[in-house]
Amino acid sequence: MSTPLLIAVLLLLTAAAFEFGRRRALQVAGSEFRTLHSLPRYYGSFTALWCALPALVLLGAWLAFEDKIITNLVITDLPASYQSLSEPELNLIINDLRNHLSGNVVSRELSPDMQVAAAHYGNLRATSEAALTVLFLSVAMLGMGLAWRKIAPDFWARNRVEAIVKVLLIICSTLAIFITIGIVLSVLFESIRFFQTVSIFDFLFGLEWSPQTAIREDQVGSSGAFGAVPLFAGTLLISVIAMLVAAPIGLTSAIYLSEYSHPRFRATAKPLLEILAGIPTVVYGFFAALTVAPLIRDVGNNFGLEVSSESALAAGLVMGIMIIPFVSSISDDVINAVPQSLRDGSLALGSTQSEMIRKVVLPAALPGIVGGMLLAISRAIGETMIVVMAAGLAANLTANPLEAVTTVTVQIVTLLVGDQEFDSPKTLAAFALGLMLFLVTLALNVIALYVVRKYREQYE
Amino acid sequence: MTMTTADKIQANLNKRYAAERRFRSYGLVSVAIGLAALLFLFLSIIGKGYTAFQQTYVKLDVQFDAAIIDPQRTRDPQTLARADYGKLIKKTMRERFPDVKNRRDKRKLYKLISPGAVYMIQDMVRNDPRLIGTTQTVWVPADDDVDMLIKGYINRDEPESARRLKDKEIAWIDSLAATSSLEKRFNKTFFTAGDSREPELAGIWGAVVGSFYTLVVTLVLSFPIGVATAVYLEEFAPTNRWTDLIEVNINNLAAVPSIVFGLLGLSVFLNFMALPRSAPLVGGLVLSLMTLPTVIIASRASLQSVPPSIREGALGMGASQMQMVAHHVLPLAMPGMLTGTIIGMARALGESAPLLMIGMVAFIVNVPEGPLDPSTVLPVQIYLWADTPERAFVERTSAATLVLLAFLVVMNGAAVWLRKRFEQRW
Amino acid sequence: MLNQKQAVLLESPAQTNDVPPPAPAKIQEPDTKTVGRVTVDKPIMTTRNVDVYYGEKQAIIDVSIDIAYNEVLSMIGPSGCGKSTFLRCLNRMNDTIESARVTGKIELEGHDIYDKKTDVVTLRARVGMVFQKPNPFPKSVYENVAYGPRIHGLARKQAELDEIVQTSLQRAGLWEEVKDRLSEPGTGLSGGQQQRLCIARSIAVNPDIILMDEPCSALDPIATARIEELIDELRQNYSIVIVTHSMQQAARVSQRTAYFHLGDLIEVGETSTIFTNPQEKLTEDYLTGRFG
Repeated sequence: MSTPLLIAVLLLLTAAAFEFGRRRALQVAGSEFRTLHSLPRYYGSFTALWCALPALVLLGAWLAFEDKIITNLVITDLPASYQSLSEPELNLIINDLRNHLSGNVVSRELSPDMQVAAAHYGNLRATSEAALTVLFLSVAMLGMGLAWRKIAPDFWARNRVEAIVKVLLIICSTLAIFITIGIVLSVLFESIRFFQTVSIFDFLFGLEWSPQTAIREDQVGSSGAFGAVPLFAGTLLISVIAMLVAAPIGLTSAIYLSEYSHPRFRATAKPLLEILAGIPTVVYGFFAALTVAPLIRDVGNNFGLEVSSESALAAGLVMGIMIIPFVSSISDDVINAVPQSLRDGSLALGSTQSEMIRKVVLPAALPGIVGGMLLAISRAIGETMIVVMAAGLAANLTANPLEAVTTVTVQIVTLLVGDQEFDSPKTLAAFALGLMLFLVTLALNVIALYVVRKYREQYE
Repeated sequence: MTMTTADKIQANLNKRYAAERRFRSYGLVSVAIGLAALLFLFLSIIGKGYTAFQQTYVKLDVQFDAAIIDPQRTRDPQTLARADYGKLIKKTMRERFPDVKNRRDKRKLYKLISPGAVYMIQDMVRNDPRLIGTTQTVWVPADDDVDMLIKGYINRDEPESARRLKDKEIAWIDSLAATSSLEKRFNKTFFTAGDSREPELAGIWGAVVGSFYTLVVTLVLSFPIGVATAVYLEEFAPTNRWTDLIEVNINNLAAVPSIVFGLLGLSVFLNFMALPRSAPLVGGLVLSLMTLPTVIIASRASLQSVPPSIREGALGMGASQMQMVAHHVLPLAMPGMLTGTIIGMARALGESAPLLMIGMVAFIVNVPEGPLDPSTVLPVQIYLWADTPERAFVERTSAATLVLLAFLVVMNGAAVWLRKRFEQRW
Repeated sequence: MLNQKQAVLLESPAQTNDVPPPAPAKIQEPDTKTVGRVTVDKPIMTTRNVDVYYGEKQAIIDVSIDIAYNEVLSMIGPSGCGKSTFLRCLNRMNDTIESARVTGKIELEGHDIYDKKTDVVTLRARVGMVFQKPNPFPKSVYENVAYGPRIHGLARKQAELDEIVQTSLQRAGLWEEVKDRLSEPGTGLSGGQQQRLCIARSIAVNPDIILMDEPCSALDPIATARIEELIDELRQNYSIVIVTHSMQQAARVSQRTAYFHLGDLIEVGETSTIFTNPQEKLTEDYLTGRFG
C-alpha cells in the first residue's frame, strides 16, 4: 500500500479503536457506570492513541531510512566495474534508475547491466512496501489490542491520555531546538568538508573570490579562489548604506510619531509605514533593480560620475527603506518604555519637548536603541533577494558605493542555484558562507536580545 | 536674582525654540521620506504593471484548409493533433500581406503572431472537426513586440537600428491597426496559464497553485506544532534551564536569515531525506520551519492575555489542567493565535530566498497538480521574470507583483478583521 | 517625636516674609462657594473659577484660591478629589495630557499663565514641580542638578554651574551626603536622597513657586521628616504648594490648608483653624477619619 493509503487506513483503525475502547469501558463498568474512574471517551481516546502513535512512529522511521538503505543495497549489488565510480557518478546512476522506474525520460539509454540493477531496485522497493504494510498494520492492531486489554473501572484513563498529550506537547516544543541543531549540523558538516580542500585561513582572509573558474577542470586555476574578504566587505558596505538610511529615518520618524504628531496623523502614518515591512523582499529587489538602480545611474551620469548599474548604493538604499519600519517600531517600543515620570521631571523644569527627548529620553533609551539597531543590522546582513536582484556578482573589494559589489547571500544563491555537483568546493563554499552568516547573525541577535532585555528590566 | 534668572531664560528662548522647530521638522521629514518611498514604490510598480492586464490580439480570417489539416479526411484525432497548423496561419498572413515576397521578410511577418496561435487553432479544430474546410474569423494573441508597440513602449522615433521592430514591421502593424484587426483585450492567459518563454503566453496560474500547495503544507505543519509549543511553554512548562533554552532558541530562530533555512532544506530534505526537488512539499517544510517562531510567539502572547481568573475558575471546578486548557484557555486564545498564524502565512507567501535553495526556481510550464509536482511560487516567479530581458516581461513582472500584493492585502486584512472582531478586553 | 513638633507648629504658624512683595493688587473677593477666605493680601499666584475637564469628565469644579509669597499651602482631601489635577494646572503640566482642558483664570504675578503669549517653558522654570515618586534622571547627581541651568543657559562658565549645583544641593540639604559622589548615578541614591535630589534639581533653576505632589508618599518616616524640615527651610525663599495624603503632614508643614472633595474646593483657611475648628461638615468628617 502507498503511504497516503496507509495513513487513511490508520485513520479508520483509530476511529474504530476509539469506539472499541469506549464500549469496552461501558461494558466492564456494567450497570455501575459510576465506578469508572474517567469518562468513557477517555478510554476510547486511550485506545485510539495507542493504535495510532506507534504505527506513525514506525512509518516515519521507515520513510526516513528506506531510501538510504535501498540505495546502498542497489549500489553494493552493482557489477564490480561500477563500484569504483565516484560518489557523484553513482548518484547520477541512481537517479537514472529512479527515473526509469517512475517512467520518466532517462538521460541515456540503460545498459543491460543497468536494466538488471533497475529490476533489482524495483524488487527491493516492492519488498519494502509490502513489509511496511504488514508491519504497520500489525503494530496498529497490536497497540489497539494492548490498550483494550488494560481497560478496567479503576484504570485511570484520563490521566494516561493527558500524560500522552503532554508528552506530545513537549515533543513539539523541543522541535525549536532540533531546528537549530539541524541548521548548525547541516551547514557545519558541509563547511568542514569545504575546509578540508580550502584552508580556513585562506577563506577568512583571502582577498580574491572567483569560484566560477572551478567549472571546467582543465582550466588554469581550476581550483578557484575562495577568499571571502570581498564578500564580507560588500555585505558590510551595503548594510552600512542601508543603516545610514534606516537608522536616522526610522528613529526620527518614531520620535515624531510618538512624541509630536497628532493622534489622527499617527493613526494613518504608522500603519502606512508598516506596510513597508510587509512588502515581500522580492518586490524590493525588482524595484531596486528596475527603478532605483537606473535612476541613480542616470543621476550620477548627469554629474559626470561613473555609476555601475548594479551599484551598492541602489541595493543599500532600497534595503534601508525596507528596514525603516523595523527600526522605527523597535525605537517606538524602546522610547515608550522610558517612564513618564522622567519626561514629567524634565518638562517640569521647563525643558522644551526636544530638549526632553534629546537630553533625557534618548540617553535613557540608548541601550534599547542600540540593541534594536543591532537587530536591524543582522536583518540587513541576512537579506537576500534585494541584493540577489540588484547587487552584482563580481567580487570587488571596494568602499565606493557607486561600484558593484557582491555579498555573502548573493554568492550562496549563485553557487547553489542551478545544477550542482554536491561535492565540488564551489557548492561546499556556499555552506561555509552560510555558516559565517549564521554565526554572525546569531551573535548579533544574542547580544541584541540580551541588551534589550536588560534595558527593559531596568524600567520594569 | 529672580529677574536675572528670568532674563537669562528669556535671552536663550528664541534659540531654544528654533532648535525645537528644527528637531520637529527632522521628524516630519523622516516620516515624509518613508511615506514617499512607499508611494514611489507602488506608483512605479502599478505604472509598469497595469498594462499587462491587457494583451493585443490580431484578427485573422483563417481558412481551415482540409488539404493541410487532414488530407485523407479520416478525422482521426491523432492526425488532427499532428497537423501543421502553423501553415494555416502563415498562409493567412501571406494573403493578408500579398506584397511581402522576400523570405526573410516573410519570416518577420509570421513572427507578428504569437506561437501560441498555433495551439489555439489546433484546439479549435480538435474540439470541433466540423470547422475543417470553413473560414473563420479568429482573434489570436499578437507577438509581444507587437503588444509593446501598441502599448507605446517601443519608441518609433528611435533610429531603426536601435529598435526591436524595424520600419517594415511597424508598417505592417499599422496596416493591421488601420483595418481594426488589432485589439487590446483582457489578458486571460495571464491568470490561467503556467510559465512560458513567450511573454504573451506566460501566466501566473502555475505559480499561484504552487504557492497554494506550499502554503497548505506550511499551515498544516506550523499551526498545530506552533500552538502545541506555545501551550506547553505557557501552561505546563516548569521554569528551568531547559525551557529557558527553548525560549532563547525560538527567539533566535525568529531572527535567523531566511536563506539559512534554505541551506537546511537543501542538505536535510533534499540530500539526506531525498525528497523531490522543486516540490511544494519541501518548500512548505522549509517555510514552516521559518514560520514556526512567528506562530509560537503570537500564540504565547495570545495565551498570556487570557486572565488567570478563568484558569482558576476552571481548576476550582475540579477540571484537570489539560481540561482547563482545552475547554477554556484555548478557545479564548484562538482568535489571537489565528491572527498570528495568518500574518506568518502572509510572510511565508512573500518569501523566496530559501525556496531558491531547494530548486523551486526551475522553469516550469505545467500547472502543478499536487504537492509533489515540480512547481514554483509567486514571488519566485517574479524573480524569474525580473531576470528576463524582454520588455514585455517587465510589465508582467509588475503585474505579478500586484497580484502578490493583493493576496497579502487580503491576508493581512483578514488578520486585522479577526483581531477587531474577537478582540476582548479583560 | 513627631507629635511634639506638630504641636509646636500648630501653636505658632510662622509668618516670615523675608522678601518684600510688590504692592498688593486690589483684592477682589471672588464669587465662590468655598468656605473660608480664599484670597491673601499679597498673592504671588491667583486662580479664579478654574474648571478642568478630562474629555467629558469634569475633574475640577470652579476652584478659586490664592497663593501667597513665602507660604506653604497644603491641599488635602480623599483620593480622586482632584487635588493633584489642580496642582498640575499651576505649571501647565496638564498640557501633556491629550484630553485635558482647563478653563478659568490662573495668574502668576498678574500674568495669565494660560494666555497665548505666555511661554510654557519660562512658566515651568518659574513654577517648579516635585513628583510623588522620586524621578531622578538616569544621569549623575551633578548632571541631574545641572540639567535645568544647562537647558535654560543660566550659567556662562563651568565655575558658575558648579556653584549653582553646590548651592542647590546645599539648600536641599543633600550636599554633605553627596559631595564626594557627584559623578555617581542619581538613581543609586536612597529614596529620600533621590527626592531631595529632585528638589535640588527644581531649586537649581531658581523658581518662584515649587509644587509638590505627595512628595513623601514613597518614603519612609525618617526620610519624610527630613523632607518636611527641608520644606520649612525652603519657605524662606519660595512659595510652596504641597498636595498630601497625610493630615499630620499638612498640619506640620503648612500655614494654610485647602480641603478638596470630588473636584470642589470645600474649605480654605489657616491650617490651625481648619484642623481645630473646621466650618464644613465634609471637612470635619474627613479630618476625623469618617472617610478618606
